[in-house]
Order: sequence, then C-alpha cells, then structure tokens
Amino acid sequence: MEGTLNLVGYGLSAIGPAIATGMIFAAYISGVARQPEARSVLQPIAFLGFALAEALALFGLVLAFVL
Amino acid sequence: MGSLLRLSGEGEGFVPPSSNDFELPPVFGDNAFTTKPIFLVFLSVIVISVFFLLASRKAAVVPSKLQFAGESIYSFVRNDLGRDIIGHEFMRFVPYLFTLFTFVLTNNIFGIVPLLQFPAMSRVSFPYVLAIFTFVIFHYVGIRKQGLGKYLKDIMFMPGVPKPVYVLLTPIELATFFLVRPLTLSLRLFANMFAGHLLLLVFILGGDHLFKGVLGLKLISPFAFAFGIGLTFFEFMVQCLQAYIFTLLTALYIAGALADEH
Repeated sequence: MEGTLNLVGYGLSAIGPAIATGMIFAAYISGVARQPEARSVLQPIAFLGFALAEALALFGLVLAFVL
Repeated sequence: MGSLLRLSGEGEGFVPPSSNDFELPPVFGDNAFTTKPIFLVFLSVIVISVFFLLASRKAAVVPSKLQFAGESIYSFVRNDLGRDIIGHEFMRFVPYLFTLFTFVLTNNIFGIVPLLQFPAMSRVSFPYVLAIFTFVIFHYVGIRKQGLGKYLKDIMFMPGVPKPVYVLLTPIELATFFLVRPLTLSLRLFANMFAGHLLLLVFILGGDHLFKGVLGLKLISPFAFAFGIGLTFFEFMVQCLQAYIFTLLTALYIAGALADEH
C-alpha cells in the first residue's frame, strides 16, 4: 500500500461539511415545502450557507494536497 | 486472487492522477505564458463575445432562439443576482456581474467540452485574479458610499454589541473582510474545479488502465467509463453551480458594502 495519510485525514474532515450541507438543504427543502412562495427568498440564503460549509471541505482538500 | 488484484498485465502499477497532471507544458518552446489554460481563457473571451454579439445583433420583439438564449442568461444575472440581492442601485454592477458569470461559466464548462477538457479555473491564479477584482470593487464601493472612516468603523465595531465582546469580534470581522472573503471566494472555485477534474481523471484513466489488464479487469472497465460519463454530467452541474455561487457571493459582498449598517 502506498499513498499519504493526508487523504485519510481529509476524508475524516469532510464528514463535518457533509453533515452541514445536508442540514442546510434539509432546512431549505422543508422551508419551501411549507411555504412555496418563499423560494426566491430562501434560495440565495441556502446556496450561501452551502457555499460556506463547502468551503471548509475544500480547504481540507487543498491542504491535503499541499501539506 | 493475486493475479486479479494486479491491475496490469505487464506488471506496471497504476499511477493515480495527482496535482502534477495540472501542470501542463508550454505549447511554444519554453515560454511559460503559452500554456493551455491561457489559450483557453482567450478562447473563452472569443466564445462569449461572438455568442452575445450574434445573440444581440438582430434583436426583435419576437426573439429568435439565439436571442432568447442570450437574453435568458442576461435576465437571470440581472434579476436573480443583481436586482434581488443588491437592491435599487443594482444596474451599476450588472456589467461586472454578467461578465463574471459568463466568464467563469464558460471557463468551467471547458472542463467537459471534448478536446478542450481542461477547466482553466483549476489553475489557482485565475480565481485569484477574479477574487482580487471583487475584493477591490466591494471595498471601493463601500468606501465611496460611506467614507473610509465610517466604513471601517462599521466593519470593526458592529453596532448593538456589548463593549467587551469587541475584543473578540473586531479581529474576526477584520479577518473576515480582508482575508477570509477573497481567499474563500477564489479557493472555492479553484478547489471545485480541481477536485472535479481530478475525479474525472481517476475514472477515465482508471477505466483505461483496467482495460489493459487481464480479462476479468477488462470486463469491469466499462463500469469505470460509465461512471466517468455519469460524473461528467455531475461536473456540468457543479460547474454551473460554482459560476452561480461566485457571482452570488460577489453580489452579496457588494450589497453588504452598500448597506447602511452591516
């Protein structure tokens, strides 16, 4: 077996953002399901939250390659 | 079992794709400014210009298909990203947002266009430049609107917070506005394109390598290729989403700088 432990660490660190992304979209979906007309208000907020949570995972990816 | 695990008939191991696959050699001689990503960026400028010139040339009340396509993209950026987020001053920023969106989108989609197949944004310097533009613009707008002193005061001392909390809050807010925002903006785009391209490389090169192996592995390789094709469509979604998010965040930062209090 060859490779670097960095990627195992990255896999572990991706758990947090994965759960966060799931929760963000779960909240978005239930919000739109309850009040469909709120979609246009909720959409940028949901994607902003998604982008912020995802950024953490991507920092991990970059660091896994850099370190 | 050992012969099944060995990936290649000739005994050479599989070299997984790595970040080295993104360092392409110069096309002409040793000139480092003639690599593929640079040509792709120029190509994207030509593609965007030609597309929108053609789409807007014979503008009519009843639009042609091309005009409809061009106007759909424009109205998406103007209404959903400009008007809904920035507010009543949005028309000033629509040219920038629109340029940003089409530029990032085209360069991302080059990642899955046959023969080109390299997202220029997976070279980190391109997103850096775009993020610096956004960084300069939203700070300039904020300073012009509120004056340097008030703008900095609003960033550093958020109103409605107990005084001792400022010890914690002020460094965080300063770091957010001057460091975290441009860095996350560029790294998000870069890392998405990088990871996506790497993912496609793993499946396509892996499928190719499996095909060169023993018979059992030859039978598996179509699955790897099928996954590669499926992930190409997934990549298309991610590429559009990232262009949207980059422009959305730019609009949000501008809106934040324009707002009276943060």
